[in-house]
Amino acid sequence: MIPTSLTPYLPLLISVIYTAGVVGFVFLFVLFANWWERKVSAHMQDRLGPMETGGWHGWAQALADAIKLLLKEDIIPAAADRKLFKLAPYVVFTGSLAGFAVIPFGAGLIGTDLNIGLFYVVAVSSMVVIGILMAGWASNNKWALYGAMRSAAQMVSYEIPVALSLLIPVIMTGSLSMQEIVAAQEGGFWHWFVFRSAPFSLIAFVIYFWASLAEVNRTPFDIPEADSELVAGYFTEYSGMRFAMFFLAEYGNMFIVSAIAATVFLGGWQPLLPALDFIPGPIWFVGKAMFLVFIQMWLRWTLPRLRVDQLMHVCWKIFMPFAFANLMLVGLWQVLVQ
Amino acid sequence: MEAFFFLLLAVVSIFSGLMVILQKSPVASVLFLVLTLVCVAALFVMLSAPFIAAIQVIIYAGAIMVLFLFVLMLLNLQRFTEGAWSRFQITGVVVAAVLAVVTALLLRAVPLPADSGFLRETPGLGSVEAVGLSLFTEYLLPFEIASFLLLAGIIGAVILSRRRP
Repeated sequence: MIPTSLTPYLPLLISVIYTAGVVGFVFLFVLFANWWERKVSAHMQDRLGPMETGGWHGWAQALADAIKLLLKEDIIPAAADRKLFKLAPYVVFTGSLAGFAVIPFGAGLIGTDLNIGLFYVVAVSSMVVIGILMAGWASNNKWALYGAMRSAAQMVSYEIPVALSLLIPVIMTGSLSMQEIVAAQEGGFWHWFVFRSAPFSLIAFVIYFWASLAEVNRTPFDIPEADSELVAGYFTEYSGMRFAMFFLAEYGNMFIVSAIAATVFLGGWQPLLPALDFIPGPIWFVGKAMFLVFIQMWLRWTLPRLRVDQLMHVCWKIFMPFAFANLMLVGLWQVLVQ
Repeated sequence: MEAFFFLLLAVVSIFSGLMVILQKSPVASVLFLVLTLVCVAALFVMLSAPFIAAIQVIIYAGAIMVLFLFVLMLLNLQRFTEGAWSRFQITGVVVAAVLAVVTALLLRAVPLPADSGFLRETPGLGSVEAVGLSLFTEYLLPFEIASFLLLAGIIGAVILSRRRP
């Protein structure tokens, strides 16, 4: 079927196709999540949300918005640092998209099962901060700079509780590989790490979920782009295509943090009950991740925003001690059990 | 293929390393330093040491460079861009000369193996297990001393930033 001269290139071909598939998935997800977020917010505020575009409940609204953004004029402020201003959206977008390489969508559906998979995600997500600072600095605008600095301070601080709470499933599995972490949670939801060796892993899950909200700049931790005081934060000056890239990165990050939580705490692509394994793994995985995305939206339209000092207080004086104590207790537990 | 990637990364990292010192704008310098560090991390990956590469990106490119950018943005940059650097010229030349001599002496003291190609990888050298084991067995004392130094640094920072009554 395939000519033998092409066989050496087969792995390359497969990875190119897989990458294209993942990028396509990210675009589809962002379109869907944009519409979904509007619907969720509308119904929480007793409104209808988009209803006209495309007919059924305004399903084509996000598509129309995307086309509008692509056709808009690309404005670069006269006083901006042009090179950095142009480069920043790409850095942010690349940092966000690179995380998808180790997200296990199914049994064999993973870009590359690195043996440091979880660590890799933490590493590439820290590159997003650099892109955000570039954007804020290059815009040469007070709001953008304030937004970027708040964002950087917040992301650097919250990276620590995130990493500490991710270490707990790693200790329980003895591996950083995403597929091995998923495999260790086989056989029904009571084997998932959230429920196993509770309360430690449950606390870790809660800390991870809240701290990851701060990592992706969402309410109640959205002071970097608080629209009532900073216009839009670090992307105030961006328009058209470049704004769309920040938007894609932001929603992509929402999915990544949810997907990681689903992988390391909620059993990844494993079914809820062993009897339900006729439903394919990718559906379970995307379903769990989407459920967490929905909780993120729910919180955004329910809770008020924290102040800067409250934000730092929560991170350094509440999450951090709990995460550290948790880590030590889990380590002790594992030593005692073995 | 490997040689191609090695050369590419080497050229980019040396170029961006040069740009760190040749740039007028401090912010651009820091960003080129980030690029250099990322290239070095990629070289670690090619040496099959992905753990060290990830550490490099998280700590240097992610945390320390963000701090650099932060400090630069808080400072008044105008002061540094206008010819103030000539004051540091002599110091810079002296430091560079000393560094060059030390590097040359080190390179002569440790003979390179004859079969050294572009990259000589030792499988498993940079894995999580290998790094952890060597840190907690062979290099335990230096490791503990380093962590003590870091602890002292943290306490010092807390005391310095404490609000005076």
